[in-house]
Amino acid sequence: MCLAIPGKITSIAGDDSLTRVGKIDFGGVLKEASLAYVPEAVVGDYVIVHVGFALSRVDEEEAQKVFEYLREMEDLADLESSHSSAGASGRPNPASP
Amino acid sequence: MKFIDEYRDSTATKRYAQEIARITTRPWTLMEVCGGQTHAIIKFGIDELLPKKIELIHGPGCPVCVTPVEIIDKALEIASRPEVIFCSFGDMLRVPGSQTDLLAVKARGGDVRIVYSPLDAVKLAEANPQRQVVFFAVGFETTAPATAMTVYQASQKGLKNFSLLVSHVLVPPAIEAVLGSEGCRVQAFLAAGHVCAVMGYEEYFPIAARYRVPIVVTGFEPLDILQGVLMCIEQLEIGRAEVQNQYSRSVRQSGNRPARELMARVFQVVPRKWRGVGEIPMSGLGLRHEYDGFDAEHRFGVAEIRVEESSECRSGLVLQGKIKPHECPAFGTRCTPEHPLGATMVSSEGACAAYYRYRRSPKPVTS
Ligand code: SF4
Repeated sequence: MCLAIPGKITSIAGDDSLTRVGKIDFGGVLKEASLAYVPEAVVGDYVIVHVGFALSRVDEEEAQKVFEYLREMEDLADLESSHSSAGASGRPNPASP
Repeated sequence: MKFIDEYRDSTATKRYAQEIARITTRPWTLMEVCGGQTHAIIKFGIDELLPKKIELIHGPGCPVCVTPVEIIDKALEIASRPEVIFCSFGDMLRVPGSQTDLLAVKARGGDVRIVYSPLDAVKLAEANPQRQVVFFAVGFETTAPATAMTVYQASQKGLKNFSLLVSHVLVPPAIEAVLGSEGCRVQAFLAAGHVCAVMGYEEYFPIAARYRVPIVVTGFEPLDILQGVLMCIEQLEIGRAEVQNQYSRSVRQSGNRPARELMARVFQVVPRKWRGVGEIPMSGLGLRHEYDGFDAEHRFGVAEIRVEESSECRSGLVLQGKIKPHECPAFGTRCTPEHPLGATMVSSEGACAAYYRYRRSPKPVTS
């Protein structure tokens, strides 16, 4: 029920903040959503939409973090195997022995 | 689709699972609060990727599942009236009340309509001034902003034929109820990302501190969930109990201000019954007195309906993580998605329905 999916704003109608409505592209399917709660959103932004309301703007930079974490894990693993010295990576790894 | 597909990448998923296995030294029990996450965990088999030492308990975070029988009976009573157009999200139609469900009321001629957004119900009220239009407002903090806007618009427009049956519920009091229950085994929580997109996560600081549990705000895709689990385990292994935000692409610490402001204007915090769990103090949202005129319970005189829950369904135990769905004697026999005895079998986010759909019998864990 809390299903909310990311889509791209392709156009915006209305300028009153409470009644601003966007056309949102969900992988080719277009739907309208109220932009009342994302006054900062502009055309081209991705927003998370739930029951016809955009609830938050997706931050592209933050979106990369999951993959950065992964890369740091890989680097750490490489370092560990080449120098066999744990904790040499920049990422604090509190759980390593 | 962008922001979905890349979070399902199988190499990255495996890498996260390996890292979790690498750092886990002891058994840990985590609860994912949100039904959307339960659905993803069972669908993608995420629990089976984790080391055996880690158990995921499925929490009470499916609003369809926790809506009490009493409210369903009120909905049925209102929807049966000839003057009423009763608007609901689709997943509520098959939730069993004490006698029947909304789908049966519809089959008998009740004007029950599925809406995608509560704003559709306002449009229906404007288009049908001679009818009474009622919106069944269920859901967590994720959905409450949509309801708030509906109430606000209806009052701005002075609509006289629109009202709401409100049964919104709040996540933090449910987490506290789980933590305070006898024999609670949960040691860390994945908090519901979309709830936090609205509310932020400041409410969780005192809970994490008081009960000494890590709480990680987590998204809904496999990689999100695995990273959320990893962040919990990292904390548990070194004895920390902090609030962290895995879902930072959509969640800010203080949430969505305009949404919270409108919610505060329209709603007040009230005690609420949870199906299978009982009443939890300060765990729901009801209309503020200024908006009493939009309260369907008063308008249709159903506020006094009181109903006890059936005893056969064990959903209360499932919702509190005390049993797994297939441990319920009725699972898959007397209780199926076609003939649900309890709400956790109705909604695709309910733990019972997720197990029925993806895992009829418990699979041997292969890791
Ligand atoms: S299987 Fe059916 S009866 Fe058993 S707990 Fe789940 S919903 Fe209730």
